Amino acid sequence: MSVMKIELLYWDGCPSHPEAQALLEQVLAERGLGVEIEVREVRTKEEARVLRFPGSPTIRIDGRDVDPIGAGARPALTCRIYSLPDGRVSPIPSRKQLEEALI
Amino acid sequence: MTLTLTEQAPSFDLPGIDGRNHALDDYGEAEVLVLIQSCNHCPYVQAWEQRIVAIQREYGERGVRIVAINSNDTTNHPEDSFEEMARRAERHGFNFDYLYDEDQSVAGALGSERTPEIFVFDRERKLVYHGAVDDSRDETMVNQRYLRDALDAVLEGRRPPVAETPPVGCTVKWNS
Repeated sequence: MSVMKIELLYWDGCPSHPEAQALLEQVLAERGLGVEIEVREVRTKEEARVLRFPGSPTIRIDGRDVDPIGAGARPALTCRIYSLPDGRVSPIPSRKQLEEALI
Repeated sequence: MTLTLTEQAPSFDLPGIDGRNHALDDYGEAEVLVLIQSCNHCPYVQAWEQRIVAIQREYGERGVRIVAINSNDTTNHPEDSFEEMARRAERHGFNFDYLYDEDQSVAGALGSERTPEIFVFDRERKLVYHGAVDDSRDETMVNQRYLRDALDAVLEGRRPPVAETPPVGCTVKWNS
């Protein structure tokens, strides 16, 4: 059985990654998944381009973005915007997005 | 360095999305002046945006004027351009002035660090509250309504119960 790979990419100019990481850790714990999160800081525009980083935070599970629609945005050192089901926006993915990405 | 409590509001004269320039003295009639360091692209700004619209709507008749100021560099954040400011204000029903601080002089004078970041000035235009709108970007989780409490206090001639909180949001994007 292969080990799940979970990546959290962030840019320090945006304050949302600790909250995103905490929520991700909570969801993983609730599911009994003792998977280590690979946390990586994106520092330059070139890194953002190479990593296809559409904004902070970006969470990928086995290489798949938890928000596939937003994943296609232009690579940039910026805060990422997630759309919630009720129409509001959020700087982090919703619990539901994380849970669905882990299925 | 960020403006400290009791310091005077910095003077400004900036273009607004309504096609006119707006200066500090133009708001002389306001009982309370609220300057908000803002922008378009930041999800924190967007999360709080409609709460700010509601506050202007509810407090406008009591003499509160809200003025949002975007100072962000647009080279790396083209979505914060003047043209995009006008589009966003139209699309989201802004009921407050939205000004463009292209040379970032006002952001520098305020010592702003984040978007959104709130600066409340009393009748004498002294800073009486600085920080966040409230204690959660998620409207359903709000317990402390710092800005509303500050406005209520100042309008009643009292000091805000909480005068300073850490602003929560994206960093101001300074010109390189």
